[in-house]
Amino acid sequence: MVLGALTWVLGVFDISLDKLSNGELWLAQVFRGLSDGATYASVALALVMIYKSTGFINFAQGSLALLGVYLVYVFSVEQGLPVALAVVCAMVASSAVAMFVERVFIRPFPPDHVLPLVIVTLGLLLIIDSAVGIVWGFRTRSLPSMFPSGAPIEWGIAQLTWRTIGNLGTVFAVVGLLYLLLSRTKVGLAFRAVSSNLESARLVGIRVGPTLGFGWALAAAIGTLGGALVVPDLLLEPSIMLRVLIFSLAAAALGGLDSMVGAVIGGLVVGLARNLLVTFLDLSELALATAVAVILVVLLVRPTGLFGSTRVERV
Amino acid sequence: MSAAYLEVAGLKAAYGDIQVLHGIDFSVDEGQIAVILGANGAGKTTTLRALCAMVSTEGSIKLAGEELAGQRTADIVRRGVAHVPQGRGTFPDLSVEENLMTGAFVRTDAKVRADVEQWYETFPVLGERRNQAAGSLSGGEQQMLAIARALMLRPSLLLLDEPSLGLAPMITRSLFEQLTAINAAAGTTMLVVEQNAALALGVADVAYVLEAGEVALSGPADELAADDNVRRAYLGY
Repeated sequence: MVLGALTWVLGVFDISLDKLSNGELWLAQVFRGLSDGATYASVALALVMIYKSTGFINFAQGSLALLGVYLVYVFSVEQGLPVALAVVCAMVASSAVAMFVERVFIRPFPPDHVLPLVIVTLGLLLIIDSAVGIVWGFRTRSLPSMFPSGAPIEWGIAQLTWRTIGNLGTVFAVVGLLYLLLSRTKVGLAFRAVSSNLESARLVGIRVGPTLGFGWALAAAIGTLGGALVVPDLLLEPSIMLRVLIFSLAAAALGGLDSMVGAVIGGLVVGLARNLLVTFLDLSELALATAVAVILVVLLVRPTGLFGSTRVERV
Repeated sequence: MSAAYLEVAGLKAAYGDIQVLHGIDFSVDEGQIAVILGANGAGKTTTLRALCAMVSTEGSIKLAGEELAGQRTADIVRRGVAHVPQGRGTFPDLSVEENLMTGAFVRTDAKVRADVEQWYETFPVLGERRNQAAGSLSGGEQQMLAIARALMLRPSLLLLDEPSLGLAPMITRSLFEQLTAINAAAGTTMLVVEQNAALALGVADVAYVLEAGEVALSGPADELAADDNVRRAYLGY
């Protein structure tokens, strides 16, 4: 009977022992998973930055990244700039848009009233996504990658491509730079002070509004970079970042919403899990559902995620 | 007679529709320690918050002759007003040292580092825990940190909101000794809100008693300490 059940499970999920014992296939999927994971991680980093400072998930983050990626398209494909330069320009431009959005739509609300702010960011998500659709249309386009094609290292079908190396390198560089910015600079200190105690931050003379605006700008730049990493693997269309946002949310939840290291590890784990499940369990229709399942399980089992802090505070 | 260092006239403050201060007047001379006494809800904390534009106000607040009313908190801090809020208001996620650095956030001079070291000498326990998260300090240690952080501004006016709250009597006493020493050494003008009236009147030069958002009594601290009404209401003998 046990054997029968096992055969049934294997049948339902279309698992073949050939596939499972194929080392090259495993390795190929691990590489792909890490590559995807790096892109989720960079968008998750942007989410974590805003969550740390404001205590809420900024749903408009994915939309600002979407706008950023379309700007990459405009600068590179339409204006003919080298892709890397186009990405830098788009990061600057999306930061400017994020600062404007923060100033006009976010700052009028008191920063410690989270619920209205969450609703506003949801509204911004819908508005920006639609605006992008109206301006650039809904047909799919392909976006070039910053990194050369080809693979320096190959084992049969398993290829460690330049793009995978580039994605991973970029996300680790971003984490390193963010760490230096937040721990070694005055604006970083202001940002962390605002995150830790809003009222005291005011009382020591920190201008809270501009500090949070700076956080929005930085998060938009990181989100745009993340989008520029992920979209070349897919196709550019106005709903693309919504899907990425869900995987990144899963990554951030898994890592602990207030941990930058957690966001990176969460991103890599989600990327790996997604590729392995899709390949070996043939779950491609349920790929998005696995992300939601990750969020659910984390919230049930360990709400602070793997690296999130439970706030230590003596009174 | 020259004008006082801090000169407050007709100060009103409200949270939404609820008027808390109904036009109070008080003044503190340079280098003095002033104490504000009063029952819960009298408007003591609101008075301090009003001075830092943390609540919407009407009236005049003059510091060394310059009008502070209408300015933003960040600009008032740049004029040298430091505020130790009730409940200490440290940054629990930041290290002790980072907490001190935030206190000097608006300073641009080169002596910030030296000041940090000086406060480690004054409060050795802060030096021992410089890399520890402020949230893990005990209540008394956090109060020292909050005061040291405020003094990192090198303030000309220090506002202290119930520094003794939640502290053991012995720690409170040594805290007030530290404050008088700092006042004597640096000439920092201080405005203290305090429940422990006996202790506060002991160190203060002038005192104000607030009742329901108005100044009910005022005068030199030693005269108020001898006043029968004050004794019955706040000193309990």
